[in-house]
Amino acid sequence: MNRRAFRRLKNGLFLTLSLVATLAGLACLAAILWTLISHGMQGVSWRLFTQMTPPPGSQGGVLNALYGSAVMTLLGILIGSPIGVLAGTYLSEYGRRSKLSTAVRFINDVLLSAPSIIIGLFIYEIIVVRMGHFSALAGALSLAVLAIPVTLRTTEDMLNLVPQGMKDSSAALGAYPWRTTLSILYPAARSGIVTGLLLAVARISGETAPLLFTALNNQFWSSNLDAPMANLPVVIFQFALSPYKEWQQLAWAGALIITVAILILSISARILLALLQSGGGGGAGR
Amino acid sequence: MAIIDPRHAARQRVYEVAFRSATLAAAILVLMILGGVTISLIHGSWPALSHFGLSFVTRQVWNPVTEKFGALAAIYGTLVTSTIAMVIAVPVGFGIALFLTELCPPILKRPIGVAVELLAAVPSIIFGIWGLFVLAPLLQRHVQPWLIEHAGAIPGIGALFKGPPFGIGILTAGFVLAIMVLPFIAATVRDVFDTVPAMLKESGYGLGATKWEVIWHVVVPHSRAGIVGGVMLGLGRALGETMAVTFVIGNAHRISSSLLAPGTTISSAIANEFTEAVGDLYTSSLIALGLLLFLITFAVIAAAQAMLRRLERRALSSV
Repeated sequence: MNRRAFRRLKNGLFLTLSLVATLAGLACLAAILWTLISHGMQGVSWRLFTQMTPPPGSQGGVLNALYGSAVMTLLGILIGSPIGVLAGTYLSEYGRRSKLSTAVRFINDVLLSAPSIIIGLFIYEIIVVRMGHFSALAGALSLAVLAIPVTLRTTEDMLNLVPQGMKDSSAALGAYPWRTTLSILYPAARSGIVTGLLLAVARISGETAPLLFTALNNQFWSSNLDAPMANLPVVIFQFALSPYKEWQQLAWAGALIITVAILILSISARILLALLQSGGGGGAGR
Repeated sequence: MAIIDPRHAARQRVYEVAFRSATLAAAILVLMILGGVTISLIHGSWPALSHFGLSFVTRQVWNPVTEKFGALAAIYGTLVTSTIAMVIAVPVGFGIALFLTELCPPILKRPIGVAVELLAAVPSIIFGIWGLFVLAPLLQRHVQPWLIEHAGAIPGIGALFKGPPFGIGILTAGFVLAIMVLPFIAATVRDVFDTVPAMLKESGYGLGATKWEVIWHVVVPHSRAGIVGGVMLGLGRALGETMAVTFVIGNAHRISSSLLAPGTTISSAIANEFTEAVGDLYTSSLIALGLLLFLITFAVIAAAQAMLRRLERRALSSV
């Protein structure tokens, strides 16, 4: 009897602990969101979106940083995602079991979790040192390198979901694999691939470390890709660590903007994926 | 039946070769990126490594004025902050995974799972700013004085909790890292738990085992490789995490016996000092730090992938 009571007690104890752990995790998310909203909302005003980053001690906005972040994220995706999608296509359609594919899959998983500051150093070495100065282009390239593994992984997974019968039917009509891929596979896996793109945008738009010594920062409006460009993460980094109240306020507002944007992207990627899995999105053609 | 136009067929073949080559080139490019990272880091760190030799990793000194650089303090900080993070995040992440797979009412399963995954999507700079302005003052006012008073008096480990409560420092960085890697560990372990066949668990219940006994004696042994893989993946993140640590570590290149003291990590040293580094030796030393970090994380991530892959194969073969 005593032994049974002990086992019950132990059971109850550990299950309670797991509940506590979950509540603690959720509390962290809630605490971070609450801090962001309570500190950040004070700084959200029209000025935030219409003015440039100010010199210390005066009011301003983050328009140049928003623009720079948008440009570099967009460029990063435009350069990185085609490479990721094509490589994913190779892994799924051409070399599914080849040695090369096994190696690429492994290296891709390593790149997926490699520290982003290392990618920054890499781009610094091959672009910034060679060109002799920091530039928005270098920043965009480091973001592109980070976008490749995300799009590659999702593309391969999504193409693998397309039923073999569809490929066979296309081949039976005399279509070459390239035709099948472009006209049958890509449309069938469309929402899955778009999900991968959204996740990649979410991943790179908040990255700070690789931009620190590639794009650097710029206090003024600049649309020159060959020059340092302002960007939201680095502005948040510099302003939050500064002693000036106005700058810290802008950092909080910027942090709120970036988090809301990324959460919206991640949630829409998830919704898209859920639609796909339930077959409602006309996804994998089931 | 169909009339095949030879020119059309030839064109098709050209397109086929072109498309195939394009996908192959993209796949090879992925390999080349990793190769390029390795080569460029070795190239960049060569001046420092040839100048200091092995003493680069064994010396604590980091003095830009006299141009003497050693990575020991940064390596120490990286390992200690990651250890603290894992000590906290592994049990908590395990608990969350357990709750999600075994306890959670089905209606809450998805929302809580998504909430944990969203925590993983929050950029690291947000954790940094939150750690600096919210967590550090909180620890400084409430947790650290208590630690100094109570844990500091314990012989042996007491030295870990000596000194003034700075707020920022090694311990705070470890806490922030723990919150950051928590969702990765929880999500991976949850996915691994989900692969345990229901039949095995039901057999356990059939023998009269309690829920905890089924988890500890059936679910965990069955998914051991996956759990270790998930934990290593989290460790890889913790080792390389930059911005969150940079905010709260205090950037001091010294090894202090107290966890409450400021320190530095490899990644935060690079983030803090790289753009301000003057002189080739200084820059090269920072790149050498990057090379060290790359080697450490590569080993950890590769081991994690190997374990997760083994599990995947087993799951496939048992279907």
